[in-house]
Amino acid sequence: MNRQSPLSTLLQISPISLILGFFLVLPIGTILIVSFWDYNDFSFFPDFVWTNYSDALGSNVTYKTYLNTFWYAGLTWLCTFLVGFTVAYFLAFHIHTTRWQIVLFLICTIPFWTSNIIRMISWIPFLGRNGVFNTMLQSIGLIDEPLEFLLFSDFSIVLAFVHLYALFMVVPIFNSMMRIDRSLIEAAIDGGANGWQMLTNVVIPLCKPGIAIGSIFVVTLVMGDYITVRLMGGGQRASVGVMMWNEISLLLYPAAAAHAVVLLAVVLIMVSLMMRVVDLKKEL
Amino acid sequence: MKNPTTPNSLSRRDLLKRGSAVALGAAVGSQAITGFPTIWAQNIKNVTLRQFGTGVSNINAIAQKAKEDLGINLELTALDTDATAQRVVTQPKSFDIADIEYFTLKKVWPSGNMQPMDISKLKYFDKIAGTFKDGKLTPSSTIAQGTAPHTVSFTDGPNSKSFSKSMTNWYTMVPTIYNADTLGIRPDLIGRPINSWTELLNPEFKGKASILNISSIGIMDAAMVCEAMGEVQYGDKGNMTKEEIDKTMAIFTEAKKAGQFRAFWKTFDESVNLMASGEVVIQSMWSPAITKVRSMGLPCVYQPLKEGYRSWGGGLGLARNLSGLELDAAYEYINWYLSGWVGGLLMRQGYYSAAPETSKLHMSDDEWGFWYEGKAAKNDIIDPFGNKMEPAGAVRDGGSFLERMGNVKCWNSVMDENRYMVRKWNEFIAA
Repeated sequence: MNRQSPLSTLLQISPISLILGFFLVLPIGTILIVSFWDYNDFSFFPDFVWTNYSDALGSNVTYKTYLNTFWYAGLTWLCTFLVGFTVAYFLAFHIHTTRWQIVLFLICTIPFWTSNIIRMISWIPFLGRNGVFNTMLQSIGLIDEPLEFLLFSDFSIVLAFVHLYALFMVVPIFNSMMRIDRSLIEAAIDGGANGWQMLTNVVIPLCKPGIAIGSIFVVTLVMGDYITVRLMGGGQRASVGVMMWNEISLLLYPAAAAHAVVLLAVVLIMVSLMMRVVDLKKEL
Repeated sequence: MKNPTTPNSLSRRDLLKRGSAVALGAAVGSQAITGFPTIWAQNIKNVTLRQFGTGVSNINAIAQKAKEDLGINLELTALDTDATAQRVVTQPKSFDIADIEYFTLKKVWPSGNMQPMDISKLKYFDKIAGTFKDGKLTPSSTIAQGTAPHTVSFTDGPNSKSFSKSMTNWYTMVPTIYNADTLGIRPDLIGRPINSWTELLNPEFKGKASILNISSIGIMDAAMVCEAMGEVQYGDKGNMTKEEIDKTMAIFTEAKKAGQFRAFWKTFDESVNLMASGEVVIQSMWSPAITKVRSMGLPCVYQPLKEGYRSWGGGLGLARNLSGLELDAAYEYINWYLSGWVGGLLMRQGYYSAAPETSKLHMSDDEWGFWYEGKAAKNDIIDPFGNKMEPAGAVRDGGSFLERMGNVKCWNSVMDENRYMVRKWNEFIAA
């Protein structure tokens, strides 16, 4: 193999380095720098103070908010996993022609043709105190008083998350399942495995990369979200994103930047733990 | 500068238009109204001015009328209250005119991103209400707590970043609207009289109350409630001590944890939806939101309360980067704004125009009687968008201008302990 000249190597790596430099390293670097700045009511200015971090890490509210956000992320992960795995399994193993697999797969993506804000807001009249669902339950006599927990609650937040992000689970898991060599499944059945054993010993282990990728999508999306929590929680539930957004809207940019750095660290740790469980490089 | 036509290039069409305006003016003038029509400067035609503000006064009808009367293109952006402050501070080149509240002005003025106005160029300065000059509604009235508009209205010179205690020739902002705010209720779902701020935290409305999540305004509503309950005594609600802030937030946090609130709202339309859908029966609310709910055919009352009102005012300020023809156009636009048509539009939404006399010329006697004087309506009251709002015989909630504005107990404010308050407010929202 010919050794390439240094110039051509440089040219080859420059597009990706430029893109990553401008759109990843530069913004994150800016946030990191601003997180050490000081601020007053109307402006923020260069400085090197730790107060933004000590305010963030010294407040009970921060910890409670992180717990809350983990709770949303955990519940959403579980629900999207169950839904995503089931849908992908059905598509991969119960639909036998590629044409129908594609058709049904496209049907799954239909909700994504609308804006996610619209998808979220449409739940509000449905779940409200005098909403469609409560009115229906009352008219068939199942309940006397409207169910209040349906809207502006943890329930409605997680419901919206699952609705928004389930497809992010379906796609990678479906992709992994399609790569499973069908003869392995036949071999398992020939070897006397029942359905459950086939699932736990063959399908799930071979889907691990898909599950891991889907999980990374869902968990990072939920950890960074603010608009779902704000709209579906009626503005009175907190997540890390909402906390930062409150600070930004009150011009406390350095404080928000400090929170962003902490969140970035937390999410990186979570992702690296997930990578620990599944060695993506090996599996792909 | 965006393609101004030369002053003397008048088309036949312009002449016809202007001719008919003069004819109309003559007709109006014959009814002893002076000073109309004003012929607005022609060289500002097609200048574009970019204005932002909250949804309440950034209405397309104003842009259309400005185009008709002045020929300028007004580009409006509606933002929430906090976002308006952000815009001034972080994107000073992105706007020409800021339509903001006085407490926001107090926050953003020191940034130097706005320029004061030369009062001698304001045609209708003498028509502006006293509240925005010496702070007095009537010569005998006392000034309420908080950031009263006149305290941040004047500055010492064109480059000053501070406020002047007395009246000068430099106006930080030209006032346009103000109002007395109180709680909005759904009388049909409550079914009994409400007359105190304490009702917001009454357990009877558990899960059916709401407060607005804009700290500078929300804290004042909260203080009105705590004071009415007798739980907290304030030295000055508009400038609380740390201890007063702690006590206020403790009471509200406890109520929140007990499930008192259904939601918090941030924009005007959120409050409309909460009220109209019946999710909430009592909440902080703004006047046009009440108007909106009522024009949907639902009963909604802007309930006068015995402890008085929380008040606010808003106005138009100029961006620092405005100069030349665009600055002239901005002055012309602001003079036009105060000349009455816009004031009439805003008054019919339940606000008070900062120059009431000129607005009166653009309202019927019946409308003026209903909105300003608190008299029973003789005919149906129609909102600015053509929907019927009130049947004949209705009386405005709270009565006349003097009864309402005369009973203001505090203004929306920015306190000395603002940073502390904001932190506590955030903790309350996250609690």
